[in-house]
Amino acid sequence: MAEKQFKVIAETGIHARPATLLVQTASKFDSDINLEYKGKKVNLKSIMGVMSLGVGQGADITISAEGSDADDALKSLEETMKKEGLAK
Amino acid sequence: MTFLKGIAASNGIAIAKAYRLVEPDFSFEKKTIEDPAVEVGRFRKAMETSKSELEAIRDRAKVDLGADKAAIFEAHLLVLSDPELNSPIEDKITTEKVNAESALKETADMFVVMFEQMDNEYMKERAADIRDVTKRVLAHLLGVHMVNPSMIAEEAIIVAEDLTPSDTAQLNRQYVKGFTTNIGGRTSHSAIMARSMEIPAVVGTKSATEEINNGDFIVVDGFSGEVHINPTPELVEKYRSIQKEYENQKAEWAKLVNEKTISADGHYVELAANIGTPKDLKGVKENGGEAVGLYRTEFLYMDRDQFPTENEQFDAYKAVLEGMDGKSVVVRTLDIGGDKKLPYLTLPEELNPFLGFRAIRLCLEEQDMFRTQLRALLRASTYGNLKIMFPMIATLDEFRAAKAILEEEKQKLISEGQKVSDKIELGIMVEIPSTAILADQFAKEVDFFSIGTNDLIQYTMAADRMNQSVSYLYQPYSPSILRLVKMVIDAAHAEGKWTGMCGEMAGDETAIPLLLGLGLDEFSMSATSILKARAQIKNLKKADMEKLATEVLQMQTTEQVIEAVKAATK
Repeated sequence: MAEKQFKVIAETGIHARPATLLVQTASKFDSDINLEYKGKKVNLKSIMGVMSLGVGQGADITISAEGSDADDALKSLEETMKKEGLAK
Repeated sequence: MTFLKGIAASNGIAIAKAYRLVEPDFSFEKKTIEDPAVEVGRFRKAMETSKSELEAIRDRAKVDLGADKAAIFEAHLLVLSDPELNSPIEDKITTEKVNAESALKETADMFVVMFEQMDNEYMKERAADIRDVTKRVLAHLLGVHMVNPSMIAEEAIIVAEDLTPSDTAQLNRQYVKGFTTNIGGRTSHSAIMARSMEIPAVVGTKSATEEINNGDFIVVDGFSGEVHINPTPELVEKYRSIQKEYENQKAEWAKLVNEKTISADGHYVELAANIGTPKDLKGVKENGGEAVGLYRTEFLYMDRDQFPTENEQFDAYKAVLEGMDGKSVVVRTLDIGGDKKLPYLTLPEELNPFLGFRAIRLCLEEQDMFRTQLRALLRASTYGNLKIMFPMIATLDEFRAAKAILEEEKQKLISEGQKVSDKIELGIMVEIPSTAILADQFAKEVDFFSIGTNDLIQYTMAADRMNQSVSYLYQPYSPSILRLVKMVIDAAHAEGKWTGMCGEMAGDETAIPLLLGLGLDEFSMSATSILKARAQIKNLKKADMEKLATEVLQMQTTEQVIEAVKAATK
């Protein structure tokens, strides 16, 4: 299993466009991918799951992936996070 | 019945097939099913059909309306493919042996409730996305026709209960020839939209959606407020000739596009346009607008999920100022609150939103938001002829407080080394009777007034302009309103200041002679009304209209005033 922690720096947290892009990116991979925030874990391929977390600015989140393409998935998600200004 | 009567909301004649923007019947019964596998298959098929339909809508929206507007469909597509929505539905069908319709509805409703209970306005809005998507899938399960306004591909007249901003955003202007709605008045959103799209509209017909079927051939008469359903060939012929005549008339007016607006006896007035976005400038130029008399900045804040940044606002203001090429641009600071809500700004529910926490009242409280807008405006001020006005001013204290904040931001910018114009005129909207009555005192401190008649009439008459039962009280020609208008104009002139008007009344054929007579300096209206108003003013003598105005101020009723105007201008 691959896992990585991020600190959300975007003023608006993870919603709207960034959330859409993260879910779209995650959905490209076969691995099971989860997003964890404040002890609550949701499927990162689920837009409603991601939105329901209400991740705001300054939040510490963990993205984990398990499966054949777990490492690639994590790398790709990290890129999206950075490109969208969600994390450094 | 082949004839409906409503309120004429936008000039012109539209002749085309009806397109009903009306929700189909989504009712169904919860049933026990025999074969869950078949039912799951039915559900998946409805999902797939919905998905390809949404993809087509998204692609079309991208081309016709731009990526911004298409983003909403992108979000809808993600909801459709959400495993957390799909698996519980399929589980429910399999384990509870219920039909797909009820499994879908019950699961989706659970999510809707969950999102609605979140204390963030943005999340609450997401509940609407889930509802929208569920409806589409449900329509395919039930075999009913879902309306897709963005997919209209032939000339059509839209028939609806009412049109919301998101409905109109999805309409393709190439094909939509007119509107008719059940509810609304001359100042409702649908009416304003129709005028800015320059298409005929009749609103407030009460029963258009009941009387008109999809594909019926209809005529919308935006002059008289009549809607004819499947008219006789003779009637269609008659309307085609009226349409032609109006086209010719417009061509005649178009010759006035570069002319000044001067009355028959040589008095000059300025004809300006009301705009909502930089995109509207095209219409202002094509219609010979000499200035922007009202830039409604709230559109910058609407249809999005967070406040526009200072730079985004700066770009918009700069675009408008540069686009107007040194001509005057009056920008109204944010007029939000009350009935106009923003998804990302939580405000308390109010019993009387029109008398509540809105416009300048809100801005003086939520100062961060207000200061951001003022900074953007000040930075843009060097790109043209900027005038700033504050909405809903009721007391001099409010004006002074707003002005002080503006001054503070100006000094901050200057100390940061930014350039700011030192010729920015500062004015107020006069839309609250207290301000009209005290106009002589205000005139000592402001640079100009702009009379907002839609609200001034509503507050003077104490009649909600959205409430049909009291719509008879919307009386712009009432001597009481005219006296208030006169007080404001006279007060400004006594101090060497100017007065404009940016409500509906400024472009109204019956009001124009009176306003000219009362001495109004600037008339700001829908861009599409400008040329007609110019043609009208060129034929009026200001001296005669002054006499007319003096007479009507002593009259008792609106009817008497209308008669007097007719007699004086025929």
